[in-house]
Amino acid sequence: MKRSLLFIPANSPAMLQNADIFGADALIFDFEDAIHPLEKDAARDLLTHYLDRFKLNDMELIVRINDKTTPYYVDDLKRVVSLPVDTIMLPKTRYEDLIELDTLLHKLEKQSKREHPLSIIPIIEKAISLFEVEKIASHHRVTGLLLGGEDLATDLEVERSQEGTEILLARQMVIYASKAYQKDAIDTPFTDVSDQEGLIKDAMFAKSLGMTAKACIHPIQIDTIHDIFSPSEKQIAYAKRVLHAEQEANDKGLGVFSVDGKMIDKPIIERAKQVLKRVKP
Amino acid sequence: MNMIKNSLGRLVPDDMIPFQGADQIIKKNKRQLIDEIIVGGGNKPVETDMSSLFDKLNIQDGMTLSFHHHLRNGDAVLNMVLAEIKKRKLKNLTLAPSAIFPVHEPMVPLIKNGSITTIYTNYVNGPVAQAIEQGFLKGMLVMDTHGGRPRAIESGELKIDVAFIATPACDRYGHGNGVEGPSQCGTLGYAIPDLLYAKQKVLVTDHLVDRVKKIDLDGRYVHMICHIPSIGNPEGIQSGTTKPTRDPIQLRIAKNTAQLISELGYIKKGFRFQTGAGGTSLAVAQDIKHIMKEKKIVGAFASGGITNFLVSMHEEGLFEKLYDVQCFDLEAIKSYGKNKNHLMMSASEYGNPYAKPIVNDLDVVVLGATEIDLDFHVNVTTDSFGHLIGGSGGHADTAYGAKLTVITTNLMKSRLSMIKEHVTTITTPGETVDVLVTERGIAINPRRQDLIDKLKHSKLPIMKMEDLLKIAYDFTGVPKPMTQEGRLIGVVRYRDGSIIDSLYQIKGV
Repeated sequence: MKRSLLFIPANSPAMLQNADIFGADALIFDFEDAIHPLEKDAARDLLTHYLDRFKLNDMELIVRINDKTTPYYVDDLKRVVSLPVDTIMLPKTRYEDLIELDTLLHKLEKQSKREHPLSIIPIIEKAISLFEVEKIASHHRVTGLLLGGEDLATDLEVERSQEGTEILLARQMVIYASKAYQKDAIDTPFTDVSDQEGLIKDAMFAKSLGMTAKACIHPIQIDTIHDIFSPSEKQIAYAKRVLHAEQEANDKGLGVFSVDGKMIDKPIIERAKQVLKRVKP
Repeated sequence: MNMIKNSLGRLVPDDMIPFQGADQIIKKNKRQLIDEIIVGGGNKPVETDMSSLFDKLNIQDGMTLSFHHHLRNGDAVLNMVLAEIKKRKLKNLTLAPSAIFPVHEPMVPLIKNGSITTIYTNYVNGPVAQAIEQGFLKGMLVMDTHGGRPRAIESGELKIDVAFIATPACDRYGHGNGVEGPSQCGTLGYAIPDLLYAKQKVLVTDHLVDRVKKIDLDGRYVHMICHIPSIGNPEGIQSGTTKPTRDPIQLRIAKNTAQLISELGYIKKGFRFQTGAGGTSLAVAQDIKHIMKEKKIVGAFASGGITNFLVSMHEEGLFEKLYDVQCFDLEAIKSYGKNKNHLMMSASEYGNPYAKPIVNDLDVVVLGATEIDLDFHVNVTTDSFGHLIGGSGGHADTAYGAKLTVITTNLMKSRLSMIKEHVTTITTPGETVDVLVTERGIAINPRRQDLIDKLKHSKLPIMKMEDLLKIAYDFTGVPKPMTQEGRLIGVVRYRDGSIIDSLYQIKGV
């Protein structure tokens, strides 16, 4: 279970060198917005050498490629299938882009004899994508949806606000689609890295809506995001008691049981399982 | 000059005492004290220029002149004295400033022409450091510690003919302090040994008043006052507000450091703590502050150079007292002027090994390093090429005194590993260093099996120093060993007066 996904510009040796020390659950090596057009090939080469030299364990490795309207799309994909990474992050995803990417990946993975197929995290950052978000979430390669708040606001021709009122519906649609297919609902990054209070408010609100993780653009944001998106000690203890009580009830052949005086039904058991899944070993 | 090996295997001049272990000499010897030079009370003669002051003090070739460094990179007093030395073409002088900064560049030509031939100091960087490492100083550079300097002065080992004591405020009785006037610097802890033991003492001030509000320098020890328009540039004296780092790597190091100190059980009622003014050190203090607040812990004291951050902890009731040898910023200066439990300590009270110093009462000190090696020896004197970049200051003193000495550093900086097989220069012996915290792992000195045992079940990334070095080399490659080929230019003197390492002219210069 991911709580934090840290963007790392793939053309920065200093940032790559230290990418793994901050405890992020996932790293997003960026080929897209953070990389100047003249640096795209340098970013691909540097990331290739880096991943060839250093083994990064215990974290999901993601590459954000350039979208299919750019001249870098195919070269990015060709490179990514050869890398020891888990996931492609696709900007400005439409459902038709996803289908096309799946087909292309299928071919490239076969050619490169890649053992494990790449997963996809689509970025939902166009108004039109929100009308397809359920279909996008349902795709077999998709493991989560990332809401791209900044680009979406541009598409909506509105200013981003601290409260995020302008993206509330989008947040909820991404969450509903993700939950419907048991995928990760990943919240848009909070872009003011100097405002820890703002980050806390924003992340707590996103979590209260149902987001399960948050992307971040600076390592300084990771601990806060973990604090907010990890289950609390109290939640973990309760979840353990629920599952323990369920086991006891099963052993005794009881169909109905209670914890702390409250009847426990199936949704509570499922929630307890989800809480424990979110606890990092 | 013949060289012999000290107990750490470093070559040192055979006419000096070789280092034998952190407490071997202190255990064997008693405190040596020369008589204090007391002049008595009453009005002091006031001069208004350096020329007449030199005449009155009868300053001649071969004398030893001392200074303190509370005015730091804003100091004008040492430079005024240098100008007069130049004018009079004095020769073979020994200078004993407690630290030398870039502002002291006018010293360079006087080193080159033989006016200044020997220097005792605790810290040197900038152009003077460059001139010395290039071999221009005809005699020796002796790098002391903040505690070692008062030991050398009070024992008569470092005999000072004239102490020029920059004093932000003084009165006609020779009483002085650092918290009044336009050139405030706070406490004056490093000036006290000079005030007590120099043969002649002159307070150099730009703020002469009828009565000072606070007496930190006792007029009974003062021979003369020199009243001049300005003793320094406040911008260089006061560094504004010192702040915790925002660098994510250093924040990670700081967080792990605070966590480590907490897991070892040191953060408890009566906690006694010291850390530096650097961004990482302040971030450690910030994390420790959170832990103390959360656990409602009140510490006994924080000590050393005092920053606004430690002042805020004191004012919030987290530390009962502040023991301050040097104020690092404006807020610390203000606090020293108003908070009754913000107390000055002299350099001797701070770190003199024979004076039951405050450092010996410390539970924890957090220090930096330019290099650290597999034996946990630390270098803060030179860089990896042998260039002079600083000096011990209180590093070796606090490392010796504290129950837990933690070194924090990035594992790599500018493509170089900060861990070495052998440090270029030993400033602080590994036997007094307990833990290294880097962003990629924490190494515990094998001498501290008690700490290793306590952290057996910790989730912190604890590993051997050798493994951390391997991680660094995986990134940087293995560097070619540097060889010392230049002539001997100085020594690093441990706090007990023994020589822990030697300094060499930079190769190829």
